[in-house]
Amino acid sequence: MAKIPGKMMIEMLEKIIRIRRFEERTIQLYKTGEIWGYLHPCIGQEAVPVGACQALGKQDYIISTHRGHGHCIARGADMNKMMAELFGKSTGYCRGRGGSMHIFDVELKILGENGIVGGGIPISVGAGLTCSMEGKGNVVVCFFGDGAANNGVFHEALNMSAIFKLPVIYVCENNMYAISMCSNDSVACRDIGKRSCAYDIPGYIIDGSDPVSVYETVCEAAVHAREGNGPSLIEAKTYRFYGHHPNDPAEYREKEEVEYHKNKKDPLTNFKNRLLEKKIITPGEIKKIENKINSRIDKAVAFARKSPQPELGEFLEEAEKN
Amino acid sequence: MREIEYRQAITEAITEEMDRDSRVFLIGEDIGVYNGAFKAYRGLLDRYGPRRVINTPISESVIIGAGIGAAITGYRPVTEIMFMDFTALAMDQIVNQAAKIGFMTGGDVDVPLVIRTQGGVGKGLAAQHSQSLEGWFYHIPGLKVVVPSTAYDVKGLLKTAIRDSGPVVFIEHKMIYPVKGAVPEAEYMIPFGKADIKKKGSDVTIFAYSNMVLKSLEAAEELERNGISCEVFDPRTLVPLDMDLLINSVKKTRRLVVVSEACRRGSVASDISAEVTEKAFGYLKAPVKIVAGLNTPIPYNSALERASIPQKDDIIKAVKGLP
Repeated sequence: MAKIPGKMMIEMLEKIIRIRRFEERTIQLYKTGEIWGYLHPCIGQEAVPVGACQALGKQDYIISTHRGHGHCIARGADMNKMMAELFGKSTGYCRGRGGSMHIFDVELKILGENGIVGGGIPISVGAGLTCSMEGKGNVVVCFFGDGAANNGVFHEALNMSAIFKLPVIYVCENNMYAISMCSNDSVACRDIGKRSCAYDIPGYIIDGSDPVSVYETVCEAAVHAREGNGPSLIEAKTYRFYGHHPNDPAEYREKEEVEYHKNKKDPLTNFKNRLLEKKIITPGEIKKIENKINSRIDKAVAFARKSPQPELGEFLEEAEKN
Repeated sequence: MREIEYRQAITEAITEEMDRDSRVFLIGEDIGVYNGAFKAYRGLLDRYGPRRVINTPISESVIIGAGIGAAITGYRPVTEIMFMDFTALAMDQIVNQAAKIGFMTGGDVDVPLVIRTQGGVGKGLAAQHSQSLEGWFYHIPGLKVVVPSTAYDVKGLLKTAIRDSGPVVFIEHKMIYPVKGAVPEAEYMIPFGKADIKKKGSDVTIFAYSNMVLKSLEAAEELERNGISCEVFDPRTLVPLDMDLLINSVKKTRRLVVVSEACRRGSVASDISAEVTEKAFGYLKAPVKIVAGLNTPIPYNSALERASIPQKDDIIKAVKGLP
């Protein structure tokens, strides 16, 4: 931690707050009906995307999941375009065709969120091939959850990345629940990170509520990848504070367990307190950041509200051509 | 003009495109020293090396996923799924990923991916190595489906597929690989959505693709001797489909037989029949006749195998049976 400049720590805190407030707002808007469809907030898990993306350069790629707003925001996605997409508007990232689970940004090298659990994992191999063929030292961070780790593509992709020594960093966000299935019951070896030994690649099991730990681990894996040594597997233990989606009361979880994570492992509270204790930031500065972010999100909501609906005619014409 | 095998026409198309564009690479199972299961990649490993001829483990999902990932980051991968039956192992990547990215990004992202595969009956390979599953891909908006029947077509269409914004499911037929056909030395390409009348005729239009074109031509030759003039219509690509030319042909002949090796239920043949009936009903002198594979898994025994898909005589019988 001593090596990380205060400015970067503040940047990470700011991103955690940005994700938290964005997600809180989307839940409100979902409940009032302005956003529909599926919405999978990542509240409680923010430290993973923030720490991981902090370790990347502009030319590196990320691959996201159905619970992907945090990845996109951590990567610098435009909140106007994100919010507009959630509203199904033509100014959204997918021109209103994708919604919450399909944000894709070519410029920021976000190779898509994904509505299929594990769907992005095979694609990481191709992005890894590109990085390897180009030889510029770029890497891919492939995010996925504990649920996806039990899909067959996990094995196919890690094996292939390992034999070809592709620069892919597999970041498993183990939030303990694949909808209702607890990873303690679904993962035979308990720690998904241990599976790295099956592919003879570096494996890490880390505290995903700590952005510094995530940042440092991804930095190490990125150096390994950039030097041509191949992929790594990082299991970040994390927790989603709420249900699978806003209508899921998450009754499959013990109250004590939820309270423990909310009270003891909240990445926002813990990181904020840490920076305050270390005098890296003052309460006044945090207040300023909070205000700035809230008004930024207000702006995004206003932008989404006033944006036009997609052109029906254009859609029908395109469908006719298919 | 010189004559070369269908498989050699594939090798030539790939070679020309890999020479032209360094972003084109090959990825699939047994495509290295083994030259591909149907020997369409002879000499390519030596010529381009293992970084452009990537031999993979048996991981169909990741072969396609690797193709998608490379395609959306600037390369032009030609993936190979050894048997069309094995696309079942990669369906999420083909259907939910490759086919959707272009649409869901509002056209911002192309997926210039070619999925080469082969299907069909004829070698006693039984139910898991003989299917004609083009209907699966035909059904999914966002995929282009190519079904070449000759050496000439396979070369020109594969070159187009590699340069296309994709994704393209390129379906060869295992029985055509050794069939020779005239292929010019000079470079050429065949656009998608442009059918080819393989034989002109006036009494009946036979719509057929892939290996059924060859069988339909044999049937047409025999029917010609019996005084029935058949027009053999090869769409070459099922998506996009040259429906205008088909309707024109039907308006001329006023009869249509749709021939397909795939099982009839829910097939491309059923859809073509419905569409022509809808668009040209007034011109038809007879109901559209479908000659398709039986609704059965493909059997191993050679007599049963033959009986499971249309043969020359079935096509002749269908044509003769039209009022």
